[in-house]
Amino acid sequence: MSAIATPPFALDAPPARRKRRAGEGRPAWKTIVIVTAAYLIAFVFVFPYLDMIVTALRPQSELQSTSILPHHYTFAAFSSLWKTGLGQNLKVTLLVAGGATVLVLLVALPAAYYTARHRFRGRLAFLLLVLVTQMFQPTAMLVGIYREFFSFHLLNTVWSLILVNAGFNLAFAVWILNAYISSIPRELEEAAMVEGTGRLGALFRVTLPLALPGVVTALIFTFIAAWNEFIVALTLTQTPSRMPLTVAINGFIGAYSIEWQHLFAASVVATIPVIILFALIERRVINGLTAGSIK
Amino acid sequence: MSDATVARHAAGPAQRSGPTGRRKVSKRQRTVRVLAPLVWIGPATALIGLVVVWPVVVMIRTSMQKVSSFGEISGGAGWNNFRHLFHELAFKGVVERTIIWVIVVVTVTMLVSLALAQLFNQSFPGRRITRWALIAPWAASVLMTAIVFKWMLTPGYGLIDILKHHLGLLPNLNGSAADPLGQAKSAMPWLMFVAVFVSLPFTTYTILAGLSTIPDEVYEAARVDGAGKWHTYRSITMPLLRPALTVATLINVMNVFNSFPIIWAMTHGQPGYTTTTTTVYMYILKGSDLGESAAMSVVNFGLIIVIVGLFLRFSRWKSEVE
Repeated sequence: MSAIATPPFALDAPPARRKRRAGEGRPAWKTIVIVTAAYLIAFVFVFPYLDMIVTALRPQSELQSTSILPHHYTFAAFSSLWKTGLGQNLKVTLLVAGGATVLVLLVALPAAYYTARHRFRGRLAFLLLVLVTQMFQPTAMLVGIYREFFSFHLLNTVWSLILVNAGFNLAFAVWILNAYISSIPRELEEAAMVEGTGRLGALFRVTLPLALPGVVTALIFTFIAAWNEFIVALTLTQTPSRMPLTVAINGFIGAYSIEWQHLFAASVVATIPVIILFALIERRVINGLTAGSIK
Repeated sequence: MSDATVARHAAGPAQRSGPTGRRKVSKRQRTVRVLAPLVWIGPATALIGLVVVWPVVVMIRTSMQKVSSFGEISGGAGWNNFRHLFHELAFKGVVERTIIWVIVVVTVTMLVSLALAQLFNQSFPGRRITRWALIAPWAASVLMTAIVFKWMLTPGYGLIDILKHHLGLLPNLNGSAADPLGQAKSAMPWLMFVAVFVSLPFTTYTILAGLSTIPDEVYEAARVDGAGKWHTYRSITMPLLRPALTVATLINVMNVFNSFPIIWAMTHGQPGYTTTTTTVYMYILKGSDLGESAAMSVVNFGLIIVIVGLFLRFSRWKSEVE
């Protein structure tokens, strides 16, 4: 509980260990082995997504060929993608992910700020509830979620998906924002209040800008999680035009003739942006997921 | 946290609001102090209550109800849903398979991640790029990854069949060996492979985070003492990594146990329930008998509670927020 002793932005600071120069004190052959292994493994990890892109670019006539790479490439699957109705599903995904992200920010930020700055009765109970929520997954209580939204007459709506996604990602946001705000010295806010900005002024002009990396991490994480969500959407939506991209893409598989190149054009749209987004927050995610247990 | 600290901090905000000139009557101040937390944490609590806690209540209640296939409740069922569930022919196999599924996937994930973390903790040219490549299966939807693997395993012209064919391991592209997801004995290993594949990034990154907490001085001291590489790893790295390993294991057990998209997209639990875990079984039952499905969920929930309990015990969350 020492906001002063903790340097601000401790989470962002580079690890406290001494940087070794690449390959220092190591025979050259060892470096070559390490680099080769690392690049091979890296290739294995991106391989399925490369194959996804290649398949999306394969012409229809070459889909069942036994050559590893196609002889020709075409963007036809991407340009005809919008005719398959997937444009509508992409819109639903954007609404759900965007809506859940906004809702999480509105709800998590005040909670994280207050629990970081004040000690009050019920604070630990609240944080415990948040942590327990983080461990739960909607899969575990799917039947309950289904029946609840059935009785609310909210099945097949964007609202139910926004609520569920926001609820299950709230914990990560509260936890990471709490850690960030706690690391910002109280004195900075107090100084701003003395200058006459008031409590909210200090919050918006001092605390939030300093906690921005945490806010961005929480936002991107929620957006990606809601964007990728599958089982709740599969359970709560029934009409094709109300389904998010994941459920619609899965629906392609059930069809008699699988239009693989459309399926993969849609998958590329659904996958590549989130991989790039995730790379931006990669360094800060572990702390939020493990509740700061590893530091 | 001692009572004195609580008191000091509870008094804190009131005192600080002084200089801003917002001094109010003391009675109102007291009401504000009691209600203030509600304003700030109320919305979050309400959302968790609505979406996380209440569904658990509804689920437990549904497990004791008779539900028609149209979703109408036709009275209480007592323990009948549970009795039906336990007497399903598939039930015993499903439970055994789930235990094997969780143990195999989590164990392999942990072992491979330990090796990967050791490799990516070295400094070498291009480390940043290779580490980025590692996160792809973590960022991408598990469903999408499962679909690509299903595509690569398409009988006859999937990439994996073609590669095996070129290597001479699969002479006949139309035989049953060309359809690994269609055979009970090869479907499960492939599903496990995909489950490990999507679990590796998070686990490796958690172990890397754990490794970065071990100061270089410790290793230098070991070197000075003449400890060998393997000895250093066993007696220094492993014990110091224990918190990271424990937390990563528990989070993985939770994820793998609840894992649904991989199995659903690749096999739907087929052929003949041979790839069905309790989570998938819960979903299959949902289509025919909601009450029995809820009973399966409640059984699953028992295990989940145990994992959450262990997580709370081992994660040092209290020291994090105090």
